[in-house]
Amino acid sequence: MENEDPRDQLVEHLPAMRAFAISLTRNGAIADDMVQDTLVKAWTNIEKFQPGSNMRAWLFTILRNTYYSSRRKAKREVSDVDGIFTESLAEKPAHDGHMQMLDFRKALAKLKVEQREALLLVGASGFSYEEAADMCGVAVGTIKSRTNRARARIAELMGLNEDEALEMTDDATMSVLSTSKVASF
Amino acid sequence: MKPKPSKNPSEDVIDQNLRRVFDETLEEGIPDRFKDLLAQLKQQEKPTDGK
Repeated sequence: MENEDPRDQLVEHLPAMRAFAISLTRNGAIADDMVQDTLVKAWTNIEKFQPGSNMRAWLFTILRNTYYSSRRKAKREVSDVDGIFTESLAEKPAHDGHMQMLDFRKALAKLKVEQREALLLVGASGFSYEEAADMCGVAVGTIKSRTNRARARIAELMGLNEDEALEMTDDATMSVLSTSKVASF
Repeated sequence: MKPKPSKNPSEDVIDQNLRRVFDETLEEGIPDRFKDLLAQLKQQEKPTDGK
């Protein structure tokens, strides 16, 4: 195992990287370009990978850096990047035909990007709060609160636990208003 | 990903949907463009390619 070229393991992480990138960007073409960039960066910088450490975490760190730098670039070119992303969501049919799934996708798309990211890292990609905090360069508590807010917002948007939804309204409205801020903590 | 006891039913719904969204992509396997890219990167290894 130790003598193996770590680059041979890159392929194993590709599906997870794609799943994360697609959900983060909500656009398959953009996501795959990002994953491709990440793969090339990882391959050419493989000496920076610490053997024995978590390769997936390393790759996801590169992936999200790629995302944020392309997002900054895109923002300079078009003012309403999020609006464009949200529109492209409509082209994506719900493969399984479940309304709930479609509602979920829409709700996920409406989250502030850092909340969506936290939820995807912790809730779907299998990272611990600590690993996610490391990747995002923020405190563990920040990741926890982003994940909790993401869940609460999705629950509200999907009309789950109606009684709690009311107290969320102000916070949710605020989060919509400040969507463009990447780090608001 | 281990199923952890959740605080409320909405968490279950959210987690289920997250998993389904992810599984959709995971089931696609690895698209050819990535297999080709990896093969290409490997190919470039042998001669010293200054890039």
